[in-house]
Amino acid sequence: MPIALTKSLIFSLGLLPAALLAWQFYRDELGANPIEAITHGSGEWTLRWLLVTLAMTPLKRWSGWSWPVRVRRMLGLFAFFYACLHLMTYLWLDQFFDWPEIWLDILDRPFITVGMLAFVLLLPLALTSNRYSIKKLGRNWKRLHRLAYVIPLLGVLHFVWLVKADLREPAIYALVLAALLAVRLPASRRKEKAKVSRQTAG
Amino acid sequence: MLIKQAQDLTEADVTPPELYRERRRFIQAGLAAGTAWAWPWLAQGAIKLGEIAPGPFSSDEEKTPYKDVTSYNNFYEFGTGKADPAIRSASLITDPWSVEVSGECDRPGSLGLEDILKAHPLQERIYRLRCVEGWSMVIPWVGFPLADFIQRFQPNSRAKYVEFETLYDKAQMPGQRRRVLNWPYREGLRMDEAMHPLTLLAVGLYGEPLPNQNGAPIRLVVPWKYGFKSIKSIVKVRFRETQPVSSWQQAAPSEYGFYSNVNPNVDHPRWSQRRERRIGEFGKRKTLMFNGYAEQVASLYSGMDLKKNF
Repeated sequence: MPIALTKSLIFSLGLLPAALLAWQFYRDELGANPIEAITHGSGEWTLRWLLVTLAMTPLKRWSGWSWPVRVRRMLGLFAFFYACLHLMTYLWLDQFFDWPEIWLDILDRPFITVGMLAFVLLLPLALTSNRYSIKKLGRNWKRLHRLAYVIPLLGVLHFVWLVKADLREPAIYALVLAALLAVRLPASRRKEKAKVSRQTAG
Repeated sequence: MLIKQAQDLTEADVTPPELYRERRRFIQAGLAAGTAWAWPWLAQGAIKLGEIAPGPFSSDEEKTPYKDVTSYNNFYEFGTGKADPAIRSASLITDPWSVEVSGECDRPGSLGLEDILKAHPLQERIYRLRCVEGWSMVIPWVGFPLADFIQRFQPNSRAKYVEFETLYDKAQMPGQRRRVLNWPYREGLRMDEAMHPLTLLAVGLYGEPLPNQNGAPIRLVVPWKYGFKSIKSIVKVRFRETQPVSSWQQAAPSEYGFYSNVNPNVDHPRWSQRRERRIGEFGKRKTLMFNGYAEQVASLYSGMDLKKNF
């Protein structure tokens, strides 16, 4: 499949959850508390796209396909897009831009603190996701974009600290994240490299 | 399934007629199909409510639609999602049902639901309900004062608290298969709170028997406390000398206190309690002290530090 087609396919997929939420909102199908449904929906999709983005490098390594790495930026930007929706829902529909109240929330409530921190860290990644920044920042670009490992951690923590008693859902995200980070550990990479060199030697 | 005759209803006095008619049509349509039981949001106990008289303390605020009251519920016994109880509570069997009363009282015993209903004339009370999560509803409950129920068992002088327990049956309550909370669900009130005229034992809402997802067949309604205090599907009542520990207190003692009075000045550690979203409204409204029932209940707590006794 040509990469342009792959990209447009993934672009449509990325918009789908937001479109669905909008449609359900319009049809009044989000239940008794639609604003809560939008808040939770946009938040969960942020986390999902962050994890999907992190899955692209391992996917390329295992499959040998090159497209996962070529759509990685778009996926990361979708994570940012849903994070913006999530934050806007909070600022507008939850707090109605009551800045003193929002500031207190950030200071007093650990789950808001880490959520906001995750967004603040995501912002420079989205802003430098262009060719010009890559060239301009050189080696520092790579360093900066290592934040892609930290941000989902904060996202999962944000989720864990939000739930009242049932940790099952955040635990699933935590497990997926742990797996995606584990395959990047030097030990696991060394093993794989050894396998590859054995194969080429043989 | 028994559906009561129209002449038994008195809620027409307080329910807008179009809503009332819509609801009747809804139920009749279900019956016509002969499969009303297949729609869990129509799941109702086999109990029949008799006369319902308008009761005191009712709010004249706009009531939360029946559909929202019965489809957006926190009832972890059927799952932790808000929609779970309406979808998964059809397995709850509410007939026969009995409530066992024990502890510090002269006449302990077990009472069948029919006997409970026979002994207490039913009233409609339109109360505000404020959830600890920051949303609220206005619900027309049908029930009777808990005080009237308690008096039948003649609690003795050592009875300082009342403890309540929800049914514990994994087959009927699938959410109990996972230990999200320490089952069975427990709640408690101080004796004077339990005897307060606002405190209700509810058996219905909107003039109908309680749907399973709302705590059928009998539940507590304490309108000046956060919703989780209003324990659902009660099977045990115990009079105690010592303060009971509620399930939520046990799960997170720093977040849920024994009193859990609605208080805009005491935040939950994870969210502010100053405002709330009334279900169906876009903006938020200010949360009122004791959920707007300060005039009736503030005296119960005079001299108490409500920040400490949250």
